[in-house]
Amino acid sequence: MSIDSDSGAKGLLGRALDSDLWFSFTRSPVVMVAAVVTLLYFLAAIFAPLVAPQNPFDPASLSLGDSFTAPAWTEYGMPEYLLGTDDQGRDILSTLIYGARISLLVGFAAVILSAVIGISLGVTAGYVGGGFESVVMRVADVQLTVPGILVALMIDGVARTAMPRELHDQIAIYVVIFAIGVSDWPQYARVTRGATMVEKSREYVQAAKVIGIHPLLIMLRHILPNVMGPVLVLATIGLALAIIAEATLSFLGVGVPPTTPSLGTLIRVGNNFLFSGEWWITFFPCLALIGLVLSVNLLGDWLRDALNPRLR
Amino acid sequence: MAEVVAKKREARAKIRDAGGREVAMLKVQGLKRYFDVSAPWLNRMIERQPKQILRAVDGIDFEIGQGETFGLVGESGCGKSTVARLIVGLYGPSEGSIELEGRDIAGLSRQQMAPMRRRLQMIFQDPYASLNPRWRVRDIIAEPIRAFGLADGQAAIDARVGELLETVKLTARDGEKYPHEFSGGQRQRISIARALASEPEFLVCDEPTSALDVSVQAQILNLMKDLQREFGLTYLFISHNLAVVYHISDRVGVMYLGKLVEVAPAKTLFTTPRHPYTRLLLDTIPDLDMTGRERMPVAGEVPNPITPPPGCTFHPRCPFANERCRTEIPKARPLGDGAIVACHGIEEGRIPDGPTLSAPAKPEGMA
Repeated sequence: MSIDSDSGAKGLLGRALDSDLWFSFTRSPVVMVAAVVTLLYFLAAIFAPLVAPQNPFDPASLSLGDSFTAPAWTEYGMPEYLLGTDDQGRDILSTLIYGARISLLVGFAAVILSAVIGISLGVTAGYVGGGFESVVMRVADVQLTVPGILVALMIDGVARTAMPRELHDQIAIYVVIFAIGVSDWPQYARVTRGATMVEKSREYVQAAKVIGIHPLLIMLRHILPNVMGPVLVLATIGLALAIIAEATLSFLGVGVPPTTPSLGTLIRVGNNFLFSGEWWITFFPCLALIGLVLSVNLLGDWLRDALNPRLR
Repeated sequence: MAEVVAKKREARAKIRDAGGREVAMLKVQGLKRYFDVSAPWLNRMIERQPKQILRAVDGIDFEIGQGETFGLVGESGCGKSTVARLIVGLYGPSEGSIELEGRDIAGLSRQQMAPMRRRLQMIFQDPYASLNPRWRVRDIIAEPIRAFGLADGQAAIDARVGELLETVKLTARDGEKYPHEFSGGQRQRISIARALASEPEFLVCDEPTSALDVSVQAQILNLMKDLQREFGLTYLFISHNLAVVYHISDRVGVMYLGKLVEVAPAKTLFTTPRHPYTRLLLDTIPDLDMTGRERMPVAGEVPNPITPPPGCTFHPRCPFANERCRTEIPKARPLGDGAIVACHGIEEGRIPDGPTLSAPAKPEGMA
């Protein structure tokens, strides 16, 4: 016992830096780049008012005379609009930063919503079993046969017809979050149910049963922490998918309104000008979306491999 | 500490019934547990299959006295672990009664079982699966203390956890660690500490040593014996390792296909095994003294418990089986020396005495 093996003495950071995960992270340049890019997106989105050169939602700061300005490095560019402006004279870079904010917000909220629904149903179904499990999993199966985007479209369509237009525009972002969140839960339910069934049969769960711990507490304190690994991976990849789903909905015109544009809305709006030569209005939002989704996806893929002991 | 022990000893003064007779710690009567292993309803309807019932435990009776160690042996799949799970309430019995100090606990709900649980704990087989990998050891051991409200306040719980860790020959500082930082033997000690945390009187040990190295097995067994002496514990000790069972048990029950075929004091069982199955089991123990002697190979396999053979379930493998064995189920009958055997051959006296099957004493000297 010459080596002090007391892990409790080391701080959380110390243990994190000592972990396999960190080691595998430092060995993969692609993942490090992806992490840095993702972090930049997050920082830009969070501190958008400080970072963006212009507030694109404030009509007072826009000048229509500057509309359709080309990027700064081209012949007709203006130095204050690095990536050019759109039809209303909004700075593209600023709309991108604000757009990423909305895309990330919707992505995060949708992932959290579907993870909460999926995990609670999946863990309960796996633990309780029987009729409840059959019903939940059959519903999940049925929903999986329908593409998620169609489910989201349907929810959005119902919301759109059910409420007056002004109200819908106000809460459009929540409708989109709800639509994407609800369309994604079966993934989480399936993964957690499978993991729960494995954990349920393990002896530490039976030990807790012998002590007489309430089933709800067993699920919450024993099973949940042990099934979170795969869910975390799923959520990371799910974030990228949710951002794409939001962009798709917005591109189709059923997502967030153009007054508070997300990346998808920007691409759709810019698309109208693509053939009249103003390529930058749609090109840069596309690039931004690709960069964001790609880096989040790369992180998710790496996390899945790094947390899978069989792939080490 | 000594004071605590003395108090525990006092608390373990044997409980007697109205007639002054000692009440058994555990009394199991006619215990049965069937599992429905049929295909799903739709498949059954389409394929026209009957329901399939697996008789994991098919009517067993035994008693464990206070402070006694009762060993339960048998091959894999004979229902040993099911018995353990039935007793601690992980499964409800299909039939029969389980009395803990005279109170029937069979099929009680979680709430009804609550007051009994503290007195009845279990040690599991796989020390790598029986501790939650995400919990610190101190939280694992504190779980029963918190659940039963046995200590007030964090300081009291910490003190009790430290005391328990020292009881199983670990240090209080080990509580800060996670299970993966320990070896198999150390993990099993933690598992024992958790089982002791609720100050139980009766421990069900489901193959507690079979996942461990031989050298570590001995340590754990000796620890369990010491704890028994110190706290007056009663053990139900389940194992397929006969040497381990012999080492620790006062009495031993032999299970075959969900039934108890022989129950006898450990010494008697190992010196004069009666039931042919017991002899077959003893025959399979490798033994240096028997090197070179011809052995009876273990004939056949355990039959499928979904369709057990009629009559005595052991008859397809028994060299002494006759027509009666094939049709009539043998009843458990006490013999003079404390052994209880369920065998027609023993009852009729047509099975020769002898320690094992392969060495029926001296063949030429027998009448």
